[in-house]
Amino acid sequence: MSQNTDALLILAGLAAGPLIGGFVTGLDRIVTARCQSRIGPPLLQPFYDVAKLLSKEPLVVNIWQVFCAYAYLAAASISLVLFGLRSDLLLILFIQAVGAVFLVVGAYSSGSPFSQVGAHRELLQMLCYEPLLILVTVGIYLQTGSFRVPRVFAGEKPLLFHLPLLFLALLCALTIKLRKSPFDLSTSHHAHQELVKGLLTDYSGPFLALVEIGHWYEVVLMLGLCSLFWATSWEGMVALVGISYFLEILIDNTCARLNWRWMLTSVLAFGLTLSLFNLVWLTMH
Amino acid sequence: MAVMFKKIFARARSKSPWLLHFNCGSCNGCDIEVLACLTPVYDVERFGIINVGNPMHADVLLVTGTVNPRNKRVLRNLYEQMPHPKAVVAVGSCGLTGGIFREAYNVVGGVNKVIPVDVYVPGCPARPEAIIDGVIFAMKKLGEVKPCRER
Repeated sequence: MSQNTDALLILAGLAAGPLIGGFVTGLDRIVTARCQSRIGPPLLQPFYDVAKLLSKEPLVVNIWQVFCAYAYLAAASISLVLFGLRSDLLLILFIQAVGAVFLVVGAYSSGSPFSQVGAHRELLQMLCYEPLLILVTVGIYLQTGSFRVPRVFAGEKPLLFHLPLLFLALLCALTIKLRKSPFDLSTSHHAHQELVKGLLTDYSGPFLALVEIGHWYEVVLMLGLCSLFWATSWEGMVALVGISYFLEILIDNTCARLNWRWMLTSVLAFGLTLSLFNLVWLTMH
Repeated sequence: MAVMFKKIFARARSKSPWLLHFNCGSCNGCDIEVLACLTPVYDVERFGIINVGNPMHADVLLVTGTVNPRNKRVLRNLYEQMPHPKAVVAVGSCGLTGGIFREAYNVVGGVNKVIPVDVYVPGCPARPEAIIDGVIFAMKKLGEVKPCRER
């Protein structure tokens, strides 16, 4: 019985990534267009893009890049499946980080200067968001007494009331992870002209599609992490995720891209201070 | 099953053309009209069109201006870096034939002297509506082409 439900959960996790991620990205593009008083693409546009990329001729710059694209997709999907299985949050974050490192290694394996600069910047971005994500899980541990997801759902009050500052830190990490301005330094949906496409310059055709699907898995994982902060009711989870994502889109459309020094100092100073205050406050009570 | 996938891929190709714009020595008249297509007035993202800067991500090569011996190899290089299936749209009188510069000593002629062109968009400069129309024609062509894996 439990094996059957586990298998179902794994399948649901595998399917949820591309489905929800694709629709969320499509919605994101429409809302972004409306913010700029444009009409925007159809809702299914991300699926058209990925299907088109999958049917294009594979051009390989370096064979390691193919391996890295597959490794990134595998790590991203495994981390979401583990989240669906309500596993250990630390394990999920570490597997997600492995995937992100493979993406950078793939970009480093090509000789293009755009790829190289994009990879540098992606490493700096990881330096910013990884500590924040770990601190968020530490906060969840201090509050619930476990790193495992089911304990979050067992709580009586939403986590947001215990970890409000850590939620703000998570929003900072989310901005970087969703590749939104002001922190879309390494690559972004809009930055085709600056740095060409940065990190993704030499991923093309089917391999770019794999990276895109992996990104959808990561988007869903990050939104899932957000939803844990209101785990007491389904409506609350959906509302919290919706509000956070809409905030991200607003920030994306009102901010200019910053340079990496600004990102490093502001995110680390702001995020770490907020997290430490919250953690100290938690241990005092 | 295979037929269904073919149909999905063909539809996706005609729904998501990513543009690479190359200025082959234009007077910037056509380039400004190309950029005007991206503004809220024309909003080409309605058709899934994205202006990319990387030939390896592009499906449609949009060329403006006359070709001369110096940028001929750049144009061919860009074309060869694009993965199949791809289409070329020549924009403006200069891109079509060389325009008023066709008899100048340093002008090779239209874009089709160097790479195969699929759609010609006339005008000096070409109007944004005409450019969008040309790209839509190219999209239809992309939808009909067999993907390379079936060749």
